[in-house]
Amino acid sequence: MFKILQKSFRVGTATADYPRLAPRVAEQFRGCPEFDFAAWSDARPAAEACPTGAIAIRDRDGARQVTVDYGRCIFCGECEAASTDGAVKMSRQFELAATARRDLVLTADYTLRPDGSHAGLKSATSGPAVEEPGMRIAEAIEDLLGRSLSIRQVDAGSCNGCEQEIVALNNPVHDIERFGIHFVASPRHADMLLVTGPVTRNMELALRKTWAATPEPKIVAAVGACGISGGIFGANYASLGGVDAVIPVDVYIPGCPPRPEALLHGILLALGQVRQRAGSPDSGRISSRAGKL
Amino acid sequence: MTLFFEELRERFQEQIRSVDELVPDQVTVLLNGPDATGIARHFLAEYQARLVTVFAEDRVKEEGVFYNYYVFDRRDDAAWVILKAPIPADHPSFPSLAAELPAVNWQEREIQDWFGLEAAGHPNPRRVALHDNWPDVHPLRKDFPLDTVLPPFEGERHVYRPAHGEGVFHIPVGPVHAGIIEPGHFDFAVAGEPILYLQLRMFYTHKGTEKLFENLPIHRAVFLAESISGDSAFSHGTAFCEAVERAAGIAVPARAQWMRAILLELERIENHIADVGAIANDVGFVIANAHAGRVREMVLGLNEMLTGSRVLRGMVAIGGVRRDWQRTQVEAIESTLAVVEREFRDLVVILQASNSTRHRLERTGILRPEKASKLGIVGVAGRASGVDLDIRRDHPYEAYRHLSFNVPVYQAGDVRHRMKVRIDEVAESIQIIRAAVTRLPEGPHRAPAQPIPPGRCALSAVEGWRGEIVHWVRTGEGNCLERCKVKDPSINNWPAIVEAVEGNIVADFPVINKSFNLSYSGTDR
Repeated sequence: MFKILQKSFRVGTATADYPRLAPRVAEQFRGCPEFDFAAWSDARPAAEACPTGAIAIRDRDGARQVTVDYGRCIFCGECEAASTDGAVKMSRQFELAATARRDLVLTADYTLRPDGSHAGLKSATSGPAVEEPGMRIAEAIEDLLGRSLSIRQVDAGSCNGCEQEIVALNNPVHDIERFGIHFVASPRHADMLLVTGPVTRNMELALRKTWAATPEPKIVAAVGACGISGGIFGANYASLGGVDAVIPVDVYIPGCPPRPEALLHGILLALGQVRQRAGSPDSGRISSRAGKL
Repeated sequence: MTLFFEELRERFQEQIRSVDELVPDQVTVLLNGPDATGIARHFLAEYQARLVTVFAEDRVKEEGVFYNYYVFDRRDDAAWVILKAPIPADHPSFPSLAAELPAVNWQEREIQDWFGLEAAGHPNPRRVALHDNWPDVHPLRKDFPLDTVLPPFEGERHVYRPAHGEGVFHIPVGPVHAGIIEPGHFDFAVAGEPILYLQLRMFYTHKGTEKLFENLPIHRAVFLAESISGDSAFSHGTAFCEAVERAAGIAVPARAQWMRAILLELERIENHIADVGAIANDVGFVIANAHAGRVREMVLGLNEMLTGSRVLRGMVAIGGVRRDWQRTQVEAIESTLAVVEREFRDLVVILQASNSTRHRLERTGILRPEKASKLGIVGVAGRASGVDLDIRRDHPYEAYRHLSFNVPVYQAGDVRHRMKVRIDEVAESIQIIRAAVTRLPEGPHRAPAQPIPPGRCALSAVEGWRGEIVHWVRTGEGNCLERCKVKDPSINNWPAIVEAVEGNIVADFPVINKSFNLSYSGTDR
């Protein structure tokens, strides 16, 4: 017993104060790629290199549309390596969670040249609303989490990479319980389902049943490239290609896997969403949770 | 060709068509027909060989046959022996080995489900990889398109074998479990507290991985390999790259080989530390898990600094690694390891000082050595039960040819010794990394990109942190693959859990399961 106490005193506080303080992230960390659409002379090498089809090209009537889907991106950096014009750069940004699937997709329209390259950016959507690490969220936390949130994690066919990082949320460094958030053993005790994996054919029924067993009002977070879009597995004979193909999703958390801070960001974003919906007149099925949170 | 193969040819001349060694240390013995049982029995009895894996391939379009491959590992010989047995398309059946060799039980049934080849004489020929309510399809046949949309579930659910007797009842658990773990179904037959019999249902996370390998260009498939089992992303990625490199004859630069070894050991350290903590947690020693979580974060931070990813993704590549290291990064390995070593040692001291923890781990979930070797158990679980097997030592690859280290082996086979193997291996891995850092050569970190020639086959084996990972590939046209077989150690080791829980109380199941910590995704693919 003495040894245990002695060790605890020596170690002191291990917890990182994210999101109040910026996350401790290595200089080499790969977040999402960022695109300078105006300077991008040819998207084809990046699209060819992308393992998950997150960068897609559609040519029609002398025009080229390039879409970048952060919901498919696994942050591998192959697009940066393949683009020689320096228009694609890996950033250290990872706080990408969004409440609408379309917010994770960027689109750029170009004029198509006869040689297959493109020129003349006609229009482009801006990237996802990127914040200074955690700042806005940090302000909202006190407000939101007067009480607590119970999460039931559901692996609907993941490779277990996301589970690695979800488990890390419970270690003393990330310590999710400091927000009053904890993982529960049954969907019947849960306010939120944290769902990973492309949803396999063999897990579809279990996911539907778990969702049905979770009391209203409930939030669903789709975690990782697979949970959002099927990721590298996509939709195939054994995979349905993402959580929202089966149950309604409130927040999408990109990454492969999303680091613990990204998960935390997404979970807190979902809570903010709940508050917004609760306050609006057509707040729908989530509204009744205002009392609980 | 050695004496072994001369003898083999003489003895089985009726059955053997040819013997080839197209890839060094990989001898393929082509048979005349589908029956490999005679030669397999001979290997097992005369050479104390171990059947590593059995898998099939659809070559109907090209050669008019399917092939079954039986991979053998002979004690004291670094060469793999691969029996290749043709199975005619018009009579898709092969004699089963499962009755005498329970290790191939699931793998033969996979072949039945995925290829529609009958394992004749299999004692339990029910479906395993496709659940009972799937339509009659065989997804790994070439004429089955990847994107086939199957009709909704219909028909019978899986029927578990009933257990009878006064006070005997069943506890069904899963596929959605209480903790943050992967999905599988466990059906416990219990008599009061003690478990009489455990039935497993896996493949809930089957997501078409092996089929997908045939549809992706090789440079993208590397990332798929990293997603076979996320906790072994680097090991599976490396096993895949090595298989392709051997098939294509690509020489990996020395620097990359040493870098890979360092990262393989970091993956081992990270997972072993997490497991030691999780085992303690499952017997209620929460503070030990907290320290383990903290120390693991240090390793993940180092991983991120070395590869850009906490879990080592996006680093391994065909021909080497994607990113080189600066001097500061290499220095960070040494300084971080010094802290990890000290902190982990403190954790072990705390664990060993707790008598109640020791009591709960000792003689819990025993897997006896004779059972372990009969079931073909590998990796940590095998070494805790007397199976002295480590691919790094027995079939050394890359930098491991130049490294020496101890392989901890115990006979007790309980949860405590599965933890002990991990504790010992963390110390060994730290020494391996230190040696590798001192000897890390200068030079390129990746071989220049080159087209992959079609029609080449090769096998690779990597000792992942959990155990032996095997990949086998056949290259195809246009930088694609014709086939990629993936064997995660988990598929070998599930029967060990069934064995180990027998007679234990239900409440000890979580800690027994955790002490094996098998990958559901690696099993199901």
